Amino acid sequence: MTKPLALAIKWVLIAAAVAGAFVIATKLAEAGNTLAVVLAGVVGLGILAIYATRRAVPLKYLAPGVLLMILFQLWPVVYTANLSFTNYGDGHLYSKEESVSDIIAQSVREVPGTPRYKMSVAVKERASVETADLILLLTNPEGATFTGDPSGLKPLAPEGVTKAPSGKILSAPGYTLLTARQVNARSADLSALAVPTSDGGGIKPVGLSEAFEGKPTMSYDAASDRITDSSTTPPTVYAPADARWTNVADPSQTLPQGWKEGVGLANYTRIFTDPTLREGFVSIFVWNLFFAIFSVLSTFLLGMLIALLFNDPRLRGKGIYRSLLILPYALPIFVTALVWKGMFNQDYGIINQLTGLNVDWLGTSLGAKTAILITNLWLGFPYMFIVCTGALQSIPQDVREAATIDGANAFRTLRSIIMPLLLVAVGPLLLASFAFNFNNFGLIYLLTKGGPFNGADTSIGSSDLLITYAYRLAFSGSAPNYGFAAAVSVIIFILVALMSIPGFRRTKALEEIN
Amino acid sequence: MSAPVPADPRLEQRLEAETREPAPASPKRRGLGGHVWWRHALGILALIWALFPIVFIYSAATNPSGTLNTASLFPSGFSTVNFEALFNDASRPYWTWYKNSMIVSTIGALGAVFVGACAAFAFSRLRFKGRRPGMMFLLLTTFFPALLAIVAMYIIFAGIGDVLPAFGLNTLAGLVLAYLGGALGANVWLLKGYFDTVPRELDEAAIVDGASHARIFFTMTLRLVMPILVTVFMLVFVGLYGEFMLASIFLTDVDTQTLGVGLYGMTLGTTANELFGRFTAGALLASLPVMVLYLAFQKQLVGGLTTGSVK
Repeated sequence: MTKPLALAIKWVLIAAAVAGAFVIATKLAEAGNTLAVVLAGVVGLGILAIYATRRAVPLKYLAPGVLLMILFQLWPVVYTANLSFTNYGDGHLYSKEESVSDIIAQSVREVPGTPRYKMSVAVKERASVETADLILLLTNPEGATFTGDPSGLKPLAPEGVTKAPSGKILSAPGYTLLTARQVNARSADLSALAVPTSDGGGIKPVGLSEAFEGKPTMSYDAASDRITDSSTTPPTVYAPADARWTNVADPSQTLPQGWKEGVGLANYTRIFTDPTLREGFVSIFVWNLFFAIFSVLSTFLLGMLIALLFNDPRLRGKGIYRSLLILPYALPIFVTALVWKGMFNQDYGIINQLTGLNVDWLGTSLGAKTAILITNLWLGFPYMFIVCTGALQSIPQDVREAATIDGANAFRTLRSIIMPLLLVAVGPLLLASFAFNFNNFGLIYLLTKGGPFNGADTSIGSSDLLITYAYRLAFSGSAPNYGFAAAVSVIIFILVALMSIPGFRRTKALEEIN
Repeated sequence: MSAPVPADPRLEQRLEAETREPAPASPKRRGLGGHVWWRHALGILALIWALFPIVFIYSAATNPSGTLNTASLFPSGFSTVNFEALFNDASRPYWTWYKNSMIVSTIGALGAVFVGACAAFAFSRLRFKGRRPGMMFLLLTTFFPALLAIVAMYIIFAGIGDVLPAFGLNTLAGLVLAYLGGALGANVWLLKGYFDTVPRELDEAAIVDGASHARIFFTMTLRLVMPILVTVFMLVFVGLYGEFMLASIFLTDVDTQTLGVGLYGMTLGTTANELFGRFTAGALLASLPVMVLYLAFQKQLVGGLTTGSVK
């Protein structure tokens, strides 16, 4: 490559990166996230400082990877730890101010004679029409267009917006409009949606294509920090308690919109003090540990035996054996685990057919655990077979011959010569395999989803690992509890760290960085 | 991606030994020749254990009636009805999933190789403050895969989607970015080891000739280390191709899903038994790319796996 061309590419890339940082910063500024704007600016200037000058040569090579690592590996870890000290989750997704404005907007009742808006329901472009936050595209009687969501009403620039003769918006740049059927499927979300307006009222949908603007029945008094509902007689007063608005007269009654707040160590103390949770957590942990240890030992044993079997120079066709034996390990986990799930089916699966048994593999606690261990033995033994084959071949022949001359029989040679040498060689890999299986999400989730669920706490499955338990807390079911899930993740972090220390200290590589 | 293993210097020798021709039998042992039939017998037993589920996938995929209750271990006739049903199912766009899996794995692997190679060049060739601690820190980060921070990843990418919809949840670009976060820690050790084997004298000669560091890196070093770049590419490709957890929470729309998430959806609910033939047909086709990669590049992949990671 000639020098001018290389230089041109370099400056185009720098300009593109800085422009990209600038665009992101502008969008962040629109979203009102000051801290993120500053960070984007720092990244942009950093790129300029690193690549536009002749200094800091190592950074030129490290910056891309380090930036990605900070953003998508280290920052998530820090953020998880942060989350674990909050109640973030279902009913506690927003700030206290947002919960107040949402409650007030939700309480809106239509006042006769107030304007009705033509309404279309949309989501952000590229967002999922089934799950993303809904946005209302509104046209007022004068024909002006707006977007509305729980954060408020904003004008929608008319450029690129197409409208039906009635005024209803048919398309708008940056948004995906939902069809009537899609809106219907999300009617529950739609009826929960209310757009606060600047004069203290709110806009709520009526049916699928209209919305009204009305006056709220709830009011908030900042001085006393109370919400009053004037639609009841006498008016109901709600006061903040435990991150929710609680009826002063009847504390069992709360409004659905709570807010996010720091809860200190509450998530952690809950795990260790709530009796059902503690019992469930301990049983998950014990099974998790057993699963990881048993998986490593069983796969190692089978892999080693097969490696010993083929460790004979006279044996022909070793290459074919090896190519075929590696297949269980080579196939993607989502193929193998799901096929095993089909094979373990009680009524139709071939495991019961071939063995003549009628075991409810996936429906009972013991059956599910056995199925998991069998499947993981099948999945993992090829790896151990390959590792052991390599290690066996590196054991010098003369050591074995010396043992034979000393009168050791085959078994004695295996026990006293081969095994110790083998274990030294594959030890670190066994530790790593243990660490991997300790968090073997894919296998458990695909095979049993952590189930069956028949304990005292139905959120705790009998074949759950800690990682699948944390996943379910956050992403399955109707009431995600991100804060609690984060606390479980932090505990897994700590356990993994404790278990990795021996492996890390043994790593010879650390002494040999040149 | 998979859990890491600390690089172990003995592995080099071990791998070399593994890939070497077996040593000739000693004369003493040759006298016992001919008694290996029992090894073959047990070997075939091991093959049956390893392969019966794979035979079952094939049988179920080519089974004419295509349900779980009619599936048997051995093929009962050959039929392509399951494949046709799979390709003509508008609510389950199989080829779109295939395409998505290919895009995510290819771009993710290319990105990982690029940032990894850049960092490995710095760690291997340049001398700077914090080089040793940096390498150790990278090793440390591999003990904490991003999947443990999955809750935060979800919330962070939901936030990114609010500002930059093209990189949010439910986009392939967002998923690739999330994967790239762990790229550095997982691959730099493997890459640096190989970079170190390229003689430093070559760099010095190029410097004397007036080449800049960028010229040395892009036109010389990258070519010399091509074998390890290919190996790392394939390792990351296979890893991302099989990744399920992040993909399952990121990709909720049927058109953005990868093979893993899409096929998983076919095994859920009341239609699972009925769809089993179609599912196995899809699973069989989904296995082909990695199966071919493994059989063609066994040496590199196995070597890389034993140093880099486990499954």
